[in-house]
Amino acid sequence: MARMKFLCDADRCIECNACVTACKNEHEVPWGINRRRVVTINDGLPGERSVSMACMHCNDPPCAAVCPVDCFYVTDDAVVLHSKDTCIGCGYCFYACPFGAPQYPKVGNFGTRGKMDKCTYCAGGPEADMTEAEYIKYGSNRLAEGKLPLCAEMCSTKALLAGDGDIIAEIYKERVVTRGYGSGAWGWRTAYGDAVAV
Amino acid sequence: MNTKNLAQRCIAVLGAVTLLAFAPMAQAQQVNPTAEAVNAEVLLEALQDDQMVAGRVSIPDKLASGLIKPANKSWASTHTGLVRVLTIVAIVGAVVILGLFYMVRGRIMIDGKMSGIRILRFSAFERFSHWLMSGSFIILALTGLNLVLGRIIILPWLGEGAFSTITAWGKVSHNYVGWAFMVGLILSFIVWVAHNIPTKIDLNWLAQGGGIFKKGVHPPAKKFNAGQKVIFWSVMTGGAALSVTGFMLLFPIIAGTQADWQFYQLIHGLVAAGLSFIIIAHIYIGSVGMEGAFDAMAKGDVDLNWAKEHHSLWVEEMQINADKKDSSAKPAHPAE
Repeated sequence: MARMKFLCDADRCIECNACVTACKNEHEVPWGINRRRVVTINDGLPGERSVSMACMHCNDPPCAAVCPVDCFYVTDDAVVLHSKDTCIGCGYCFYACPFGAPQYPKVGNFGTRGKMDKCTYCAGGPEADMTEAEYIKYGSNRLAEGKLPLCAEMCSTKALLAGDGDIIAEIYKERVVTRGYGSGAWGWRTAYGDAVAV
Repeated sequence: MNTKNLAQRCIAVLGAVTLLAFAPMAQAQQVNPTAEAVNAEVLLEALQDDQMVAGRVSIPDKLASGLIKPANKSWASTHTGLVRVLTIVAIVGAVVILGLFYMVRGRIMIDGKMSGIRILRFSAFERFSHWLMSGSFIILALTGLNLVLGRIIILPWLGEGAFSTITAWGKVSHNYVGWAFMVGLILSFIVWVAHNIPTKIDLNWLAQGGGIFKKGVHPPAKKFNAGQKVIFWSVMTGGAALSVTGFMLLFPIIAGTQADWQFYQLIHGLVAAGLSFIIIAHIYIGSVGMEGAFDAMAKGDVDLNWAKEHHSLWVEEMQINADKKDSSAKPAHPAE
C-alpha cells in the first residue's frame, strides 16, 4: 500500500497559483476557503522561494489527536480524512495543525465556524466513493478513479509532486543531485519526522 | 523660455539620480539566487519557541501566510497529554478522596440533634446568586469535560453519530450558559465578599482542621468558616480566570492570533480541572457529607443546633442583632 505524500520543490515553483485555482474548481470549494495556498518566502529578496502548501497528511496527525469527537480517520493510503457529519466545528484541529490546513466556512456569533474543510488529497470522505453526497461535502474523489490529486497533476513546472512518499522523495533527490541544489522538502520534518536526505 | 530650460534641467538631474540609485540594484541581480536560496531545514532549525516559517500569500486570507508552525504540535500534545491527565486526576482524585473520607469519617452529624428551631442563613437573593452560578457551572463543567474526556469515556458506547450530536449541543450550551455563570459569579461576589475577608479566627479554625476530621470538635466561625472562605476565593479567582479566557475564546478576533487562542484554551482547561476538584468536594460537604448543611442553600434556613456547632460566632451575632431590634421595638427581621 502506498503512503501518499505531497512534496513541493520550491526551486521549481513559480507561484502561478494554478494548483490553488485547480483545487478550488475541482472540488467547488466554498468562498473564503483555500485548501491549498502558495506561500512566498523572502519575497522580493535574493533566494526567494515559493511553496505550495495544503494538508500534509501527517504521520500521527495532531488534528486527529485533539478532535473531541474523533471525526478524523486515516485511509489505507495514509490520507487523513474527516467526517463532516461528525465534526462540531470546535476549531481544535486548527489549533493543532502545523500547516494551517483546517478551515471553516462560517463566521458566526461566539466564534462558531461551521464544519471544518480541508484538503482531502482528492480522496473524498466517508461517504461511498464518487457519489453526489460525497462530492457535495468533500469534492471529487480522484483517488477512487485511479488519479492523483489535481493540484500536482496539473502543476506546470512539476514543482508539486503527489504520490507514494518513497517515489516522490526519489524523484526529488534525483533533481537535487542533477541540478546541484534544493531548498528541501518543505514541511516533511514536521509532518513525517524526517526530511528527504540527499 | 526660462521655465522650459528649468524643466529640462530638472529632467536631466532626475535621470542622473535615477541611474545612481539603480546601479547597486543592477549589481545585486548578478548574485546567484540559488546560492542564497532559503532552505526548509535551516529555517526550521532557526525557529524559536513560538515562531513559524512564514512568507507572503496572494490570497485574501493573510493569516494563511504562515507556512509551517511546529509549535502547534506542542499545543496538541499538551492538550491530549497534560490537560487530559490533570483533568482525570482532578475528577477521579476528588471522588476517591471523598469516598475514603466518607468511609472513615462517615456523615458529619449534628452532635446536639435537631433543635426544631430554624434560623435564616441565606436570603432568597443569596440563594438565587448561588444557584445561578452553580447550576450554570455544572452545565459548563459537564459540557467542558465532555470535550476533554467524552471521546474516551462516552464515545465508545454512544457511537459516533449520537456522541457528535450531544457534543455539538454541549458546545452551543457551553457558549451561552457561560454568560449566566459570569452573572452568577459577579452577584455571588457582591453578596458574600464582605463575609469572606480572612481573619484571625480562620487560623484557629484551620489549626483545628475545621473539626472535620474529629467528632465533637467545632472550632468557632462566623458566617463563613475558613474552609468556606477557601472555596469562595477559589471560585472567585478560578471563575474570573475561566470567564476571561472563555470570553477570549468566544471572541477570537479580540483575543489575537492563534498562539493567544492556544494560551487561553490551555489556561481554561487547567483552571476548569482544578475548580472541578474543589467544587466536587464542596458539593459533597454541602449535601451527603454533613447533616443539615444542604438546608442552608435549599430552603435558606438551618437548624439552630447545626448553626451553633458550625457557625457559633455567627449565631451569637444574629442573636445580638435580634435582641437589639427587639429592644428598639421594631419587627424582628433575621439579619442577612
